[in-house]
Amino acid sequence: MSGKNKSVADIMAVCQEMFEDLNFNYARKWKAAKEGRKVIGFLPVYSPIEMIHAAGCLPLGIFGGGDQMEVIHGDAYYQSYICRIPRSTIELGVTNRLDFVDGMIFPFVCDVIRNLSGIWKLMFPNVWSKFFDTPQNYDKSIGGTYYIQELQELKEGLETLTGRKISDADIQRSIGLYNENRRLIREVYAFRAKQPWLAPTSEVYVLMRAGLMMDVEEHNQMLKDYMAAAAKEDRPKRDNVRISIYGSFCEQPPLNLIKSIEMAGCYVVDDDYSLNNRFLMVDVPTTGNPLEALAITYLENSVETSCKYVPDGKVKGQFHVDAVKACGAEGVIYATPSFCDPALLDRPMVCNKLSEAGIPYIAFKYAENSGQMQPIREQAGTFADSIKLWS
Amino acid sequence: MSKPEAVKEPSMDMQKAMIARNYEAITSKHETGRKVSNTFVPGNLNELLMCFDIVNNLPEINAIQAGMRKASGGYIMEAEKSGHSEDVCTYVKADIGQMSKGNIAPNGKPYPVPDVLMLSYTGCYTFMKWFELLREEYKCPTLMLHVPYEGDGHSTKNMRDYIVKQLKEVVIPGLEQVSGVKFDIDRLRQYLKNSAKAEDDLVWCLEQGKVKPSPIDAYFGGVYYIGPIFTAFRGTEDAVSYYEMLRKEVQGRIENHQGPMTPEGTYFNDQKYRLIVEGPPNWTNFREFWKMFYDEGAVVVASSYTKVGGLYDQGFRHDPDNPLESLADYCLGCYTNLNLPTRVDLLAKYVEEYEADGLLINSIKSCNSFSAGQLMIMKEVERRTGRPGAFIETDLVDPRYFSAANVKNRLESYFQMIEQKRRGGGSKTVAA
Ligand code: SF4
Ligand code: SF4
Repeated sequence: MSGKNKSVADIMAVCQEMFEDLNFNYARKWKAAKEGRKVIGFLPVYSPIEMIHAAGCLPLGIFGGGDQMEVIHGDAYYQSYICRIPRSTIELGVTNRLDFVDGMIFPFVCDVIRNLSGIWKLMFPNVWSKFFDTPQNYDKSIGGTYYIQELQELKEGLETLTGRKISDADIQRSIGLYNENRRLIREVYAFRAKQPWLAPTSEVYVLMRAGLMMDVEEHNQMLKDYMAAAAKEDRPKRDNVRISIYGSFCEQPPLNLIKSIEMAGCYVVDDDYSLNNRFLMVDVPTTGNPLEALAITYLENSVETSCKYVPDGKVKGQFHVDAVKACGAEGVIYATPSFCDPALLDRPMVCNKLSEAGIPYIAFKYAENSGQMQPIREQAGTFADSIKLWS
Repeated sequence: MSKPEAVKEPSMDMQKAMIARNYEAITSKHETGRKVSNTFVPGNLNELLMCFDIVNNLPEINAIQAGMRKASGGYIMEAEKSGHSEDVCTYVKADIGQMSKGNIAPNGKPYPVPDVLMLSYTGCYTFMKWFELLREEYKCPTLMLHVPYEGDGHSTKNMRDYIVKQLKEVVIPGLEQVSGVKFDIDRLRQYLKNSAKAEDDLVWCLEQGKVKPSPIDAYFGGVYYIGPIFTAFRGTEDAVSYYEMLRKEVQGRIENHQGPMTPEGTYFNDQKYRLIVEGPPNWTNFREFWKMFYDEGAVVVASSYTKVGGLYDQGFRHDPDNPLESLADYCLGCYTNLNLPTRVDLLAKYVEEYEADGLLINSIKSCNSFSAGQLMIMKEVERRTGRPGAFIETDLVDPRYFSAANVKNRLESYFQMIEQKRRGGGSKTVAA
């Protein structure tokens, strides 16, 4: 993957292929390349993938089936009034697309993912699976103590699965690599916020998705290559408005939806798509007790998203206002998967805060297989026009 | 958990009076100076709140009350008009919409602003956001007790320690501050002793569903039986007396070979089908819904809904000797805090132990905590027990989602299927 002369098109070809590949050939090949290798799937929104990496396994982000997969079996498990990601994830499972996956981590997200973890245990009793509960109490001695022990149990689970001990040095090395990954991702985001015409979100998005399915060192190189190549691209700057997208942290929209928003005259300068590798906002210390380092960073420096409790009502939603200001967005699109409890219950609170801060917003719902883009394009276009006219 | 009209039995009258007293205590807080906490049913810390003389107000119960009074539909529309999504839990919207309509309690007086939101985060994600939303409205302190989900099928020492630590370092000091009352662990022990006593009697009553004919209906009747213990009364002398009275009533029916009493005041003795029901009931059409069952001769002998506030029938009791640990275990063990395989095990066990004809699921459109994955539950229980399952869909308090004709049709086909099965035919699922 590395090489100085990679063009954006070269990099995008790789990312696009991974994005579309519902047989996960990259991960299959990675696993087959060395005897004893194991792959651990994880669902959105946040799992400590450093731990999986430290166990010598490939962390594989599972983001549902997107818009290319027909859900047939999944509908027999989840009713129609539940978001689509659990159904298409089951579809991936029952159609043997995940038959090479040795373990699954279901993070704390919402009731749907919680129940999905149980379905997985019933359907695939031979696959190691773990419900990973992150604390909602952010006091070091309370939530921190609990979280360190949860990480310890995760570590032991991975050790049993792989048959090999994970040392502190292993975890620290992985933390170092993911620190670099997070730093580079922040750089890509900053690059996009500064010159969004050079780094369209339809590209940045697949670049980030690919990162959650591949070896971290390879992705680090890819991020560097992308920034170098994108800076050299000759792309005209348009009279687009700058917007942030929030509410899309779990079930992801179809790529066409992102493209439609861009085509409607919006530059996306911040988003909460595939959040996992941006969940921790600062470097995790690589010295001392690594479990403690991960836990404390989670408690003190992780993003505010609907899956987390905000203890202080006064600052609820302020995170989003600050993020909008930091990236220089002129408005917010609050885009949520249909039936998504976390995003939809949060929406009035976050949007109120945006209003108070004088930030215009619109809201709509989507599904990972939404096909009709015309209404979205119209809505986003009208929103962009209104910002141009009134702001 | 609440009251439709046509209350006939003495225990029901007693419960009605208890609930009225509690609403009076809540709505007269300005006169009495008592503090009020809003909190949730599953994982509630009623005994602990009582240690601080705090009155317990439960928004879920208020939403149910509104549903039964046919007021929830308007409240929900009101909340949706103000930006709440049509997709989320209708209890939340009934509660929030009610505020914009004067926030009037069933006794005709306005609900006061609570002094504290006691967020016992057990078994349902919505709880967390619901109280974030209420906090915005009421601008009052919120105490969060995070109860980890039993995702791997059991609780761990780490989970329990985490809860106990939060009780000691967050919840108790917070309640002391709100109330100005110093915590006295012996007082808590006394309340827990009362709880355990009432729990013994409740379990006895619920287990009589095994008798034929069943002297109880463990779903439609069950919601009354669990009322005091799941709400503002667990730990009180009143609750102890209530369950003693209930036990005597059930005992009396067994002796007379009587079934439970229907809202029409008749004993339901001619029981043709014995069902296990999973999921909460619909409240806006509660009596109509219930009638569809007894008209066809179907009695519910056990249900999961009567376990949302604790699985006492599986052995859990509040323990005065280990007060805080016991509160932690209670929170961990509420039904929706259990993972799906555990729920399947429990339901399959009920089908066998209560000699039921099968499992009926009432899937609630807006409740992911119960509903997400229920089709899988049904299939698994069918597979394990060899008895047919059925699936109906309604909502909690949103009248737009109760289709009587649809539900009736499904139930009728299900009963036919059970008949077929009895005659030796195969089982086939009645699903959406
Ligand atoms: S899309 Fe929303 S409701 Fe669905 S699983 Fe994800 S967070 Fe939960
Ligand atoms: S989602 Fe379900 S469990 Fe949660 S508050 Fe609503 S009805 Fe209760």
